[in-house]
Amino acid sequence: MRLAWREALLAFRRAPVLSALSITTIAFSLFAFGLFGLVALNIRNALVQVEERVEVRAFIVDGTPAEVTSTALGDIAAFPEVLSAKMVSPEQALERARKELGEFSDVFDPGILPASIDVRMKNGHRDPATVKAVAERIRTYDFVDDVRFGEEWVEKLYRIRNLATLVGIVLGLTFASVAVIIIGSTIRMAVLARAREISVMRLVGATDGFIRSPFLIEGALKGLLGGLLALGLSALANSVISKFVFRADFFDAKFAVAGVLAGALIGLLGSAVSVGRHLRDV
Amino acid sequence: MIRFTHVTKVFPRTGTALSDVSLNINKGEFVFLTGPSGAGKSTILKLIFLEERPTNGEVKVGNISSATARGRDVPRLRRKLGVVFQDFRLLEDRTVEANVAFALEVTGAPQSVIGPKVSRLLTQVGLGAKATSLPRELSGGEQQRVAIARALANDPQVLIADEPTGNLDDRATRGVLQLLRDINNAGTAIIMATHDLELTKREGFRVLEVNRGQLVFDSAEPNGPAKAGI
Repeated sequence: MRLAWREALLAFRRAPVLSALSITTIAFSLFAFGLFGLVALNIRNALVQVEERVEVRAFIVDGTPAEVTSTALGDIAAFPEVLSAKMVSPEQALERARKELGEFSDVFDPGILPASIDVRMKNGHRDPATVKAVAERIRTYDFVDDVRFGEEWVEKLYRIRNLATLVGIVLGLTFASVAVIIIGSTIRMAVLARAREISVMRLVGATDGFIRSPFLIEGALKGLLGGLLALGLSALANSVISKFVFRADFFDAKFAVAGVLAGALIGLLGSAVSVGRHLRDV
Repeated sequence: MIRFTHVTKVFPRTGTALSDVSLNINKGEFVFLTGPSGAGKSTILKLIFLEERPTNGEVKVGNISSATARGRDVPRLRRKLGVVFQDFRLLEDRTVEANVAFALEVTGAPQSVIGPKVSRLLTQVGLGAKATSLPRELSGGEQQRVAIARALANDPQVLIADEPTGNLDDRATRGVLQLLRDINNAGTAIIMATHDLELTKREGFRVLEVNRGQLVFDSAEPNGPAKAGI
């Protein structure tokens, strides 16, 4: 194994430009993946915060008797997706509006806003489909005039997150394929350049696994370095965005390690495919 | 120890290289394999170290048969054999001792064994003082000695030499032959391909002669089936 590591490290000295090219390609493939991953991550985190504020608000027809609404309130609170349901009188609605919206500061007529039942959803039931289903059920009550739940922008955020994830995966895979091809060709050149050495190895009884191992180590090392470079680039991009645009979250340690290991895997895959094919030719 | 049974080798592009060759080489023997260029000498050697497999017939080396050997048996077989070539096949960017050590490293020998063994092998072939030289700094004869030291690294039972003196002058040839004799005296069988008939006569070892892919003479059985085939 010592020889395998020595030979693998020697390969970097023998072809520094090609090695750098392979590492950079892997780095960019993972960086593309990482960048869109960061977008998806931040949207997800934003969604979690937004979701906590997701509320279904059912406006009540004027003059609905209190006993009718309080019975309904109990029913709604018992929905499995619902965390809490509370009655908001026109006075409370005006009070809240005056606090949250400046244009209500000089309005004092409580009759201007309708009473409502404000419903908070349980965690895990705040996705657009579930919220919509609950809103529709509440809408079936005769005394409910209208139901609002910020449908459009919740859906939009979800769509952006899915798109960012998809673009990240597609771009990442494209770059990863390019990286596999580039690593494959550098390994091919390395195999051909070392044809004599390989024939001597075979002659003195080296196993195929032993002959392959320096090339596999070389590929995996390039991938690992590419992964680290990508992580650095992603961290840099993240700090630039955090400084100049908005405070953005970064990957947790587990995800970062997985990303670097993915680089090693890409390198390993590229060299394994290439070395398997080209060893037969020497 | 090495047995060829009705071995035929046909190459797709160049045609028949060996035709129905049967022979037997015993432990510790010194055998010259002779014949003109293209007669099939190298093919016989390649069949022994499983670089090639017979088209028909069977080659058996020790307990490994060409008929049943799998991929992983090939390295196992080659660790029991040492091979040297006319062109030495040394690694030019490594020192003499690194070239010899290489053969031990690829078989996973521990470092504590490699150092002393390389020194011993280089002393055995008379190159103890040139351990740190590069191959290009050595004469042809010396380079062949390095190749022989490398071939001996794994204590082979058989040393296969394909025209080892083909590139050497008379003096170097004599030196390499003396070295091979010494190795043989220590118990290692030697199979040496050469087209130098004078050399084979002078040495007095067993001679196998091939011509156009057929075994035409075996000095161990001068009137045997091989001779009758001429």
